Amino acid sequence: MAKTKKKFLSGGLGQLTIPVIAIVLLVIFNLIRDPSFFSVGISHNNDGNIVLAGNLISIINGASELAILAMGMTLVTAACGGQDISVGAAAAIAGSVFVKVLKSSPQISGGKVLLAFICACIVAMIFGSFNGTLVAIFNIQPMIATLILYTCGRSIAYWINGGATPTVSSPVINAIGSFIPGIPVPTPVLIVIAMAIVFKLLFKFTSLELFTQSVGINGSAARLNGINSTFIKLLSFIILGVCVAVAGSIGVSRLGLINHETLLLDVEMDTILAVAIGGNNLGGGKFKIGGSIIGAYVIQTLTITLYAMKVSSTDVKAYKAIVIILLVVIGSPVVKQKFGKFMSKFLENRSGKAVKGAA
Amino acid sequence: MQNEVLLQMRHIEKRFPGVLALNGVDFTLRKGEIHALMGENGAGKSTLIKVLTGVYQMDGGQITVEGESISIHSPQDAQNNGISTVYQEITLCPNLTVAENMFIGREDGAWIKHKTYEKRADEILNELGIPARSTQQLGDCSLAVQQMVAIARAVDMKCKVLILDEPTSSLDDKEVNMLFKLMRDLKAQGVGIIFVTHFLEQVYEVSDRITVLRNGELVGEYLTEDLPQVELVAKMIGKDLDELNNLGETEEKEVKQQEVFYEASGLSSSDAMPFDFSIRKGEVNGFTGLLGSGRSESVRAIFGADKVTGGNVRIKGKPVKITRPIDAMKNGIGYLAEDRKRDGIIAELSVRENIILALQVMNGLFKPISRSEQEAFADEYIKVLNIKTASRETPVGSLSGGNQQKVILARWLLTHPDYLILDEPTRGIDVGTKLEIQKLVLKLAEDGVSVTFISSEVEEMLRTCSRLIVMRDRHIVGELKGADLNQTQVMKTIAGGETKDGEN
Repeated sequence: MAKTKKKFLSGGLGQLTIPVIAIVLLVIFNLIRDPSFFSVGISHNNDGNIVLAGNLISIINGASELAILAMGMTLVTAACGGQDISVGAAAAIAGSVFVKVLKSSPQISGGKVLLAFICACIVAMIFGSFNGTLVAIFNIQPMIATLILYTCGRSIAYWINGGATPTVSSPVINAIGSFIPGIPVPTPVLIVIAMAIVFKLLFKFTSLELFTQSVGINGSAARLNGINSTFIKLLSFIILGVCVAVAGSIGVSRLGLINHETLLLDVEMDTILAVAIGGNNLGGGKFKIGGSIIGAYVIQTLTITLYAMKVSSTDVKAYKAIVIILLVVIGSPVVKQKFGKFMSKFLENRSGKAVKGAA
Repeated sequence: MQNEVLLQMRHIEKRFPGVLALNGVDFTLRKGEIHALMGENGAGKSTLIKVLTGVYQMDGGQITVEGESISIHSPQDAQNNGISTVYQEITLCPNLTVAENMFIGREDGAWIKHKTYEKRADEILNELGIPARSTQQLGDCSLAVQQMVAIARAVDMKCKVLILDEPTSSLDDKEVNMLFKLMRDLKAQGVGIIFVTHFLEQVYEVSDRITVLRNGELVGEYLTEDLPQVELVAKMIGKDLDELNNLGETEEKEVKQQEVFYEASGLSSSDAMPFDFSIRKGEVNGFTGLLGSGRSESVRAIFGADKVTGGNVRIKGKPVKITRPIDAMKNGIGYLAEDRKRDGIIAELSVRENIILALQVMNGLFKPISRSEQEAFADEYIKVLNIKTASRETPVGSLSGGNQQKVILARWLLTHPDYLILDEPTRGIDVGTKLEIQKLVLKLAEDGVSVTFISSEVEEMLRTCSRLIVMRDRHIVGELKGADLNQTQVMKTIAGGETKDGEN
């Protein structure tokens, strides 16, 4: 027991330590501020279903798109050593395609929603491979490569929508965006869980994780070991494309309309931040998807907390920035190393010279 | 010669997780001497150097320079105390110019004075006879020139103590001599030089004194003239020399006329001129030649590591196309690259992941090796190759150079290749591990694996190879076997003159 504890404290902080501590601190802070902050209530929604409600639920629910995008972004970051800043714009395109297909005929059935989603997926994957091609084949810095789609993505969405903000209303869309009748948990949360499981299975039944990390850490060695690094990089962008389509479709379903100007606006920066808070190296290499998911919830908890403290929406960004600076500095290698050294000395003193009571 | 003590390190201790890397090591450097620091892999040479240069913080002990106790917390501290280093692996920035590399981190004032630096750099380069221009990108220079620029940088820093960590491992004979001349000049100026190398001959050529480390402990300090080479080796590996001698005597490696495994005609790549080559089952051959003669480029072409531009390849008589590494791997070829750090290890991944990597790639994306199988493979090879690591989950980057090399060897052995290409597998590695690798090569050949073995130490190749292909200026200029396999003949062929008749 003592040994594992020592390892945990001194042997370099685990990758997930910082995000977990951050979220725990945020929870404690909120509980002190308002003991009932996280209480989960049961209420009836407009459709008369029994559903869970409360701040906790709205945090977890609200972070869904961010969490899904963060999963894909982690993979791109690991393989390419850079980030895709076009995910918000690409989600607007995917959302527009989703709505376009739904509105192709007046009837909206479950099958049609599926078809619409698949179309959105294909389009997002095509845009993903566009980004991926620039990065993997033409060796353009990811941020520059994706700047193109970041700039023009919402215009493309505008054309797809014909300049309007078309609405869709259907029980199926409603079920995706809020609750499935009979299930009290918001559907986007279920989708996050499903996506997390998909990633888990992907890593279990393929060698994607090993190959991606190898490409990200040492591309030259990976190539000489027969790994097709171009393909791995391209693949990471295509997988992110799927995440974009899922996030875009959820965003559309929540509101029942597609507004290409506002759908998932500024989400790219939060996504990158979630990856960073999750302890992943933004320069590529080793990664933990779980870290990024926690990172997404940290960001959302922070936002909701600030809103609950009646901070105005313009000020929220400034407060967020302060907390984020703290998190990133604490998670930096310098601080981690210093802390690791301090802890090992501290433990040594306690175990070695316990008699003297040096500690 | 002066005998004034310049640098003294006493009872130096350094601990890493799970390992005591230095245990009370003493080291004394006098003014105007070249002091060789010798020891096996993981003996603590590199660690001692890194403590001295502030890369690592020591956990105990004392360092004095010219009688004054100093504390070194960063490479900057070391520099300020007149201690300069040229590391084993080049640590300069390839995307900067030669001049920028020489002056980076020691600008006086806030502005970088490009013109001044370039002028000064050219002067130094001229003075030292280094074939490079100050405005050239460092990355465009050959590995040898890069190394020399690193030395020029250190020399220019008016250092009292100059540390050369394996400076010669990528230099050819001529360049080594240039370096030695430079070292002797500096020595005459009173600079103390710490020289770390694995080339024993070089130690005896230039050094005045030798300090031997073993397993993180001091074995002793000797005057070079008092310590015969054989004894030095014995002290380094801490065992009898019988083993050494035995290996040396495994002569008469007659290759029975086995079937030809690999055959190439007119093979060329973006970096290699067209050449013909074949190897039989169970044969060990070698490519030799000076640095830049094209030996690495040729074997890289065999593996498809560079863009293959032409030629026909047959494996077991059947024509095959090898244009990418994966093609070669699927045809049973493995390739251990020359530059371990750049092309070999995935530093942050564990020993286990590094070992199974090539096999996993051959299995493909959709057939992952199960965790328990991976662990079994890793454990097996850690044991077979005697890899010194805290655990199989240790990041491979934290292992010593020789052990990293063994991990990469394990990676290829695990794929059970029919033909294994080893490009400088013993570079920067201690005597003990070198012997282990040589033995392994011979054993593989016995088991029917074809091996191409490249080493800059001709001695080593003569000991293992039954056939030597000699290259000069990117062309094959000769092939030696049987009675011709001796140092003189190899040198003659490399240098030119009689190549084919070999009756001399």
